[in-house]
Amino acid sequence: MSDETPNVTAPALPSSRKLITALAAIAMISGLLVAVTFQVTAPVIKKNQQEALERAIFQVLPEATVAANFQLEGGQLTALTAEQFADANVFAGFNAENQLVGVAMEGAARGYQDVVRILYAYDPAQEGILGFTVLQSSETPGIGDKVETDDAFLANFNPLDARLNEAGDALANPIITVKNGRKVNPWEIDGISGATITSTAVANALNESAATMLPTLMANQDALVAPKGTD
Amino acid sequence: MATDPRAPEPLSLATFTQGIWKENPVFVMLLGLCPVLAVTNTATNALAMGLATLFVLLCSGVLVSLLRKVIPKQVRIACYIIIIATFVTIVDYAIQAISLDLHRALGAFIQLIVVNCVILGRAESYASKNTVINAFVNALGMGVGFTLALLCLGVVREILGFGTLFAIELFGASFQPWAVFALPPGGFFALAGWLFLFAYIRKRRAAAQSEETHVA
Repeated sequence: MSDETPNVTAPALPSSRKLITALAAIAMISGLLVAVTFQVTAPVIKKNQQEALERAIFQVLPEATVAANFQLEGGQLTALTAEQFADANVFAGFNAENQLVGVAMEGAARGYQDVVRILYAYDPAQEGILGFTVLQSSETPGIGDKVETDDAFLANFNPLDARLNEAGDALANPIITVKNGRKVNPWEIDGISGATITSTAVANALNESAATMLPTLMANQDALVAPKGTD
Repeated sequence: MATDPRAPEPLSLATFTQGIWKENPVFVMLLGLCPVLAVTNTATNALAMGLATLFVLLCSGVLVSLLRKVIPKQVRIACYIIIIATFVTIVDYAIQAISLDLHRALGAFIQLIVVNCVILGRAESYASKNTVINAFVNALGMGVGFTLALLCLGVVREILGFGTLFAIELFGASFQPWAVFALPPGGFFALAGWLFLFAYIRKRRAAAQSEETHVA
């Protein structure tokens, strides 16, 4: 592919300064273009993500008709207004009779390509995980993304045991992924063969999030009330 | 490719059409096959991927052509990659702003446009040696050719694999989808079918042409 022929003397190498200037100039043009695009699209993307998150909440809590926003931070569970959606990290779903049907929370863990972000539903009454949906992933299409569609994998969550220990400060059993077909305990996830890394990422995301969120959440269970009647 | 590739090419219709027919990136040059096989399971994904690639191809072609006298030869590949990566990032943001679902469907393949050899190939072999207008027209042709090729595969795979076209139900409920076409192997089957068809048509045309010259 090269244009040079060996018998022709190679052209003198331009000074390093010229090369560096050219590269730096192009990098600056690139940076400028990317920065402008980011500025323009960031608010739209944020709005899209919020809408997607709202849809995901009702997807993992199909029985819910209303969702209330809560913020769990530093051992405190605070009720937020609907406008403070962006600051919330706990979403409680209530059915038409204003009964709590479950709590949706986010988890994230490293997958095969990039971080896998999921939203999962936790039922405080059963102390188990009811299901999850993927918010963001770059997993291999057709392999890693099977965690969303594989029926056998989704059957793990009916519900997946996530009870706290007696002291109530940690999970009684860590949520782990086991090899396909080796599930014996209700807190184990039967992995998808061929998509081990993504299956494990889901378990890691659940385990990490549940371990940090659930002790505080369960201690403040009474704060999870429907937004009705407050203003 | 008989002419000296370094000589700037005059603008002609062929500048545009070579990417669609004579040098179609997918069916003739077999370049950029990774997205061709991976994200053509539905016609919508194929079209979105094709348009995203078309945009990157156009913008990087124009910018490379604009800067062709400034970029030192020794660092040209690095410069092209920076330029291409810039536009890929822009496309990535744009698709996220248009539809997050589409962004999820295309997954990692948007970022992977950076390493699509069609784009680097055009920058190196065409845009860096021709005027901005030529580079634009040529990249447009290549992009349209690439998009059409993706659409050809996407349409076949969606109809056979899902029984739908652009998510519109084509057959009744009794239709049993041919699931393998929605899965990765279906990409190979569909591509092989199209390659066969293309090769057959090209051969027929070449035979007809040589017969004409014989008569003359």
